Amino acid sequence: MLRKFLHHTNLKQEDQCSKLCCTKIEGFGVTIGKTEIFKDVNLHIHCGELTALIGPNGAGKSTLLKSILGEVNHTGKLNYFDAKGEHTGNPVIGYVPQYLNFDLSTPTSVMDLFMSCLTNRPAWFCSSKKLRARVLESLKRVKAEHLIDRRIGALSGGELQRVLLALALDPVPDLLLLDEPVSGVDQNGLELFYEIVSDLRESNDLAIILISHDLRLVAKHADRVVLLNKTVVCNGSPEVVFNDEETRKVFGMLVTPVDKGAK
Amino acid sequence: MLATIYDLLNTLLPYQWMDHNFMKNAFLAVLMVTPLFGLLGTMVVSNRMAFFSDSLGHGAFTGIAIGVLLGGVQPLLSIVLFSVVFAMIITYIKSKSSASTDTIIGVFSSTAIAVGLMMMSYGGGFGKFSSYLIGDLLSISPMELATLLAVFLLVVVVWMLMFNKLLIISINTSLAASRGINTLLIEMIFAALLAVVVAISIQWVGLLIINSMLVLPAAAARNITNNVKQYHVISVVFALFSGITGLIASYYCNTATGATVVLVSAILFFITLVLKSRMAR
Repeated sequence: MLRKFLHHTNLKQEDQCSKLCCTKIEGFGVTIGKTEIFKDVNLHIHCGELTALIGPNGAGKSTLLKSILGEVNHTGKLNYFDAKGEHTGNPVIGYVPQYLNFDLSTPTSVMDLFMSCLTNRPAWFCSSKKLRARVLESLKRVKAEHLIDRRIGALSGGELQRVLLALALDPVPDLLLLDEPVSGVDQNGLELFYEIVSDLRESNDLAIILISHDLRLVAKHADRVVLLNKTVVCNGSPEVVFNDEETRKVFGMLVTPVDKGAK
Repeated sequence: MLATIYDLLNTLLPYQWMDHNFMKNAFLAVLMVTPLFGLLGTMVVSNRMAFFSDSLGHGAFTGIAIGVLLGGVQPLLSIVLFSVVFAMIITYIKSKSSASTDTIIGVFSSTAIAVGLMMMSYGGGFGKFSSYLIGDLLSISPMELATLLAVFLLVVVVWMLMFNKLLIISINTSLAASRGINTLLIEMIFAALLAVVVAISIQWVGLLIINSMLVLPAAAARNITNNVKQYHVISVVFALFSGITGLIASYYCNTATGATVVLVSAILFFITLVLKSRMAR
């Protein structure tokens, strides 16, 4: 409760970040070739907050996440401040891609995937008991411990997404970036995913940026919504953003969860 | 040192094919080269680099030509250097350019082979190079065995150090980048390592089949395995098995060793392919 209260005061004075860790995205812009993907993106992400990034196709949502990851060249700065308000350089970022494009026939198990990400001991060696326990622990967080010895190509869309989320959470990141898949995950899987993410935010004090296509679930779970369309069009609580004139222009009839009387 | 090993081989394998020293040398070479191919092959197949590794053979071919033009009798150094530079240039351009990977590799590969052929055919003396096309495993000398041992150790050490990163890259480069892996650097190192192995072994295995030795054991292992451990072990076992079987068979059938080895691997591949479809049912 106290944390929520602090958040709101922080929202008013954008420059200060007292007693809470936060990530500031300042003046981000990406131009690939001659195409400007987005520009002048300024965001202030707090820990323990789930920020949903919405926008039409081609608005630059995925590219924004990739530029935060440093995978795409961009202008602007990313600043991370820890809980003491000290500038600590680059945050540890966890990333769950929208769609993991990999060879489905790859002979790699979930355990192999974790082992290769977590240790330097080659994945073709025997794994230590300690590591296996740690991986099981991670998978338990996303209700996927039964998948540890499955081949990653044999997982369903929802299962794979949960495994990737578990992977992104070990080691615990400062900032979690989630790119929600457009297809391949059923409604139940999606609900479960949102519930897990929502719980994580509270239990681990994570800052989460989630690209979402399901506005109903966004309205239910997000603390803050950012409408991106070449730049930040609208930024605020779900109520504010969904009632905004600009959002309605972009999404038309789709925006009904908050304001049922919309045209 | 070598005499002890020869004696050991005589005691362990008292067969007729083991009588000659050249067979002993070839046997030792097979014991070192094929596991390397088995190991590196796993990631060549997983990273869909079969075409890339094929082009390395072509790069090595140009290296041979340059080495001979520069006047070396054993142009090993020039082959290795040229192959490594060639591999790294392709990897770099592939990562920076938006053109498709196979086009870029195709362009480099054809250029290298064209330049190599031009140099070798200059003055009409191509005949003396034709051995590089087929290779001759039986011609390996004790000195070359020592070089091979050094390369073997180098590859195993590098493989221990960077395998995990390579595995994540093979699954997805974005995922690798998000785990803080410098994908270009790792790909460069892998490409250079492949280039060294291909360059060293091309004179014994031959340009025409070197890629099959690299790709087939791993491709066969991939058909019937579910995790990285099995994949590695089976790939190396297949590579060793086809190497030794091929060597012995080539002795009795009086055929080119490299080609015989490849044929054994190919048979293994088709067997696993059938097993795979059986397992899927």
